[in-house]
Amino acid sequence: MANLFLLQLLNGAQFGILLFLVAAGLTLVFGIMDFINLAHGVLYMLGAYLMAMFALSTGSFWLGLALALGATLVVGLVLEWLVFRRLYDRPHLDQVLATFALMMILSEGVKILWGSAPLNVAMPELLSGSVPLAGPLRYPVYRIAIIVAGLATALGLWAMITRTRVGMLLRAGASNRPMVAALGTDISKFFMLVFALGAMLAGFAGALVSPVLSVDPGMGDQILILTFVVIVIGGVGSVKGAFAGALLVGITDTVGRIFGPIWLKMVMDPAAAAQAGRVLAPMLIYLLMAAILSWRPNGLFGRSTR
Amino acid sequence: MSRPAQRGMSGRAKAALALIALMALVPPLAALAGDPFLTVVASRMAVFAIAALSLDLILGFGALVSFGHAAYLGLGAYAVAVCARHGITDLFVQIAAGAAASALFALVSGAISLRTRGIYFIMITLAFGQMAYFFFVSLSAYGGDDGTTLAARSTVFGRPLLENDTVFFYVVLACLATAFGLLHRLAGSRFGRALAGTRESELRMQAIGFRPFRYRLAAYVISGMICSVAGVLLANQTEYVSPAYMAWTRSGELIVMLLLGGIGTLAGAMAGALATVALEELLAGWSEHWRLGFGLILLGVVLWSPAGLTGLIRRLLPEEGR
Amino acid sequence: MMKSTMTALALGATALAPLSALAEPVKVGVLMTLSGPPAVLGEHARDGALLALKTLGGTLGGQEAEFIIADAEGKPDIAAQKARRLVESDGAAFVIGPIFSNVMAAIAGPVTEGGAFLMSPNAGPSVFAGEGCNPDIFVVSYQNDQPDQVMGEYANSAGYGSVVLIAPNYQAGMDHLGGFKRTYEGTVTTELLTQLGQLDYSAELAQIAAFQPDAVYAFLPGGMGVNFVKQYAQAGLSGIPMMSSFTTDETTLPAMQDAALGMFSSGSWAPDLDAPGNAEFVEAFVAEYGRVPASYAAYAYDAVMLMDAAIAEAGTEDRDALRDALKTVDFPTVRGKFAFGQNQFPVQDFYLTEVVQREDGAYATSAKELVVADYVDAYAGACAAE
Repeated sequence: MANLFLLQLLNGAQFGILLFLVAAGLTLVFGIMDFINLAHGVLYMLGAYLMAMFALSTGSFWLGLALALGATLVVGLVLEWLVFRRLYDRPHLDQVLATFALMMILSEGVKILWGSAPLNVAMPELLSGSVPLAGPLRYPVYRIAIIVAGLATALGLWAMITRTRVGMLLRAGASNRPMVAALGTDISKFFMLVFALGAMLAGFAGALVSPVLSVDPGMGDQILILTFVVIVIGGVGSVKGAFAGALLVGITDTVGRIFGPIWLKMVMDPAAAAQAGRVLAPMLIYLLMAAILSWRPNGLFGRSTR
Repeated sequence: MSRPAQRGMSGRAKAALALIALMALVPPLAALAGDPFLTVVASRMAVFAIAALSLDLILGFGALVSFGHAAYLGLGAYAVAVCARHGITDLFVQIAAGAAASALFALVSGAISLRTRGIYFIMITLAFGQMAYFFFVSLSAYGGDDGTTLAARSTVFGRPLLENDTVFFYVVLACLATAFGLLHRLAGSRFGRALAGTRESELRMQAIGFRPFRYRLAAYVISGMICSVAGVLLANQTEYVSPAYMAWTRSGELIVMLLLGGIGTLAGAMAGALATVALEELLAGWSEHWRLGFGLILLGVVLWSPAGLTGLIRRLLPEEGR
Repeated sequence: MMKSTMTALALGATALAPLSALAEPVKVGVLMTLSGPPAVLGEHARDGALLALKTLGGTLGGQEAEFIIADAEGKPDIAAQKARRLVESDGAAFVIGPIFSNVMAAIAGPVTEGGAFLMSPNAGPSVFAGEGCNPDIFVVSYQNDQPDQVMGEYANSAGYGSVVLIAPNYQAGMDHLGGFKRTYEGTVTTELLTQLGQLDYSAELAQIAAFQPDAVYAFLPGGMGVNFVKQYAQAGLSGIPMMSSFTTDETTLPAMQDAALGMFSSGSWAPDLDAPGNAEFVEAFVAEYGRVPASYAAYAYDAVMLMDAAIAEAGTEDRDALRDALKTVDFPTVRGKFAFGQNQFPVQDFYLTEVVQREDGAYATSAKELVVADYVDAYAGACAAE
């Protein structure tokens, strides 16, 4: 029982890291550019679809991944040039409406191009199979790869934002754009790069999870809400916060789903516990979010303005 | 920008009344055109116009972007189902029950949510909306997520008047007119101006002795209650109730309707709801890929007409502007 | 159950078409969810219906027919409105649809009260099978619980002493697990309830690995099933037999591929079922739409064939005669045999199906063995038709 609990804790953390991979790009764009991008979920989906297409046509997972990354970067640049740069100075609501529209356009575009049936992405030979854990339990190698990728992304982002000149300029640009422009930096070019990087991170997450998850036209909508929950719990714009939020959401969801009914049975009669478990389990992460926001209205690591 | 209703009839109020009057002509025109189905579509438009109007009170006047507003649509709809199950079929009792439930839910969730601002408010209202959604999904007695069918529409003074689609339409339209009248008066009152004031500058309002929190909470509760009326009517129109009415996508659609029409004008909310339902109806009949076209239109509006359809009209007819 | 009208008459109908060309065409609404994530199921059903119409030369029972396609958008309220439009405004005499049970609850009233027949190519919820049965609703597929009950029977005969059940935490999930438990006689080790739209199943897979049951039974439709099945194979659990319903079918197999090979489910039809006309149907479908048909397509195809035979026998003028004909007429079904019970749900044979790879490389279910013959659903007795 104790062993299983620890394992489920690990499973929850692993799901959290998967969520962080998707949330990273969102919190980057949101935090630095103060831009609400509802289309982040469809960019993630696009990454998975491009991966499916390139992996199939090249016959190689790694080549497919590289091409998918490049393609989402290009998509990000094109979208920024076509749509997003017109919206930076607009109120949040306009951004919501425009990116919601983009969400509809891109989802339908994906359906027209690739059809509505889910697609398959084969796992690379190197990362398939599983390693033995305690007793009959085994752990898939690919999951370990996802954890490594997630941790690397977290570290890389954190280093870029806090330790490099680029990161410093970006943070300055977000709080006082004319000032940075006056210092001789082309801020709009920077924003373009950040946005494209955000899109690429979303695409990277989509491509990376495609061998594990269903690649279908609904995958973007499903993840969007979860990632917003993650970055809001953590505090918008904070990579540290997004990481903590992702772990919290992953662990709460996983452990609550599996052990919630068992714990409830200790304090209630079984029928009532089963019923209460059914009602509460899907609400857990929302209860968590409401509780955290009523305690800290700007999330765990959020700045107090706005 | 959008200072609500000054003395006398503003252009916007006239526009809103003209919209309602135009809608009143739908049934006779539908009969002339030989397509009674137009009345059914118009009923749906009016139902969503009520919901969009209610959202405009908090979003347009109070700058509170609620991403869980569909919960009230659902609460109104379930009020019909629960009342009907217990033998209460009177429309007014059902409306009262839905409004009471919504007021309670809005009071509790609002008191917590209103401690936050901006994106945090958006997400915490989403959280409460999702909790309501999942509560009804797990409510086996009412079919869970499969929902439950109503045996008949509600009765008015013990008579099944609403079974007739034309009568039903005019009842919905009357509700819409009432909701508009109420919100218009409210927006022009001291309360409405104070609410709009909290949007412009919270500090200034506090300095002159207003407590923004109370105004916001009151507006939040009123908005939820009005939206629940739309829910009662929606349940009656489809004679079916399900948690799908309160899915987060539905909350998003309400925001889209409002933004499409233009916020903070009431008339814009109605126009947005009408346009959204009409567009969906037209495009979906045309191609299964209608979402592509709908998305492109939305994107066009937001890029080239920031104030929504009302902004567009204002630009085309500058003399009617204010 | 059967009357004398033969396949020959249905085929001959094409030749009769010019005679009745002056008459108003028979209008048929096809109301499926065609947009949004679960659109693929609706597309199969729509394509199955259109293929049948094409096979019949654009006629039903010798009368010219017009199919009006409408998108239910997966939203019950929109579906109810579209159903009303189809019936009241477009004058449809039949509506083929829907895919989802909640949409069925919403459109049943508008369709039948508007004077049309509802022909379901998939949804068969229990509310319409028992006391709530409706003489104007014909469910051509099966009652929702039946595939689960059949899997329960199979688990008994395969000698599985303990089974772990897994389904999403919502009404349909409860219903399907309930169907399995109704017939399964062994021990249910535990019931794992998952979130709607859940992505990661590693926690559930760890539970399954810890319990080491004789088999697993899953109801995880659409993307949830794809996620689960892929992760099931990756977690090294392939040694534990996996049975399921609505999880491994031709709509999800393209995404599961090898991960689903050897998994079991049940059905009253499979692409390789040995029945007259079935091979031709599958071949024509693959040629026309480039994918192996799922049961949704086969049942929609059957629904149109049934309508064709009934109209050929009774015409469209007398609604009561048409209803009687729908109930009893013999039509060329891709299932080999077909009959309605008193609740107008089918009484039919169910097979164990297994995921295989076809010779052309595509993945499909394959009928392995007959599990139960002439299966009547659990609710039919409560239906007091006439």
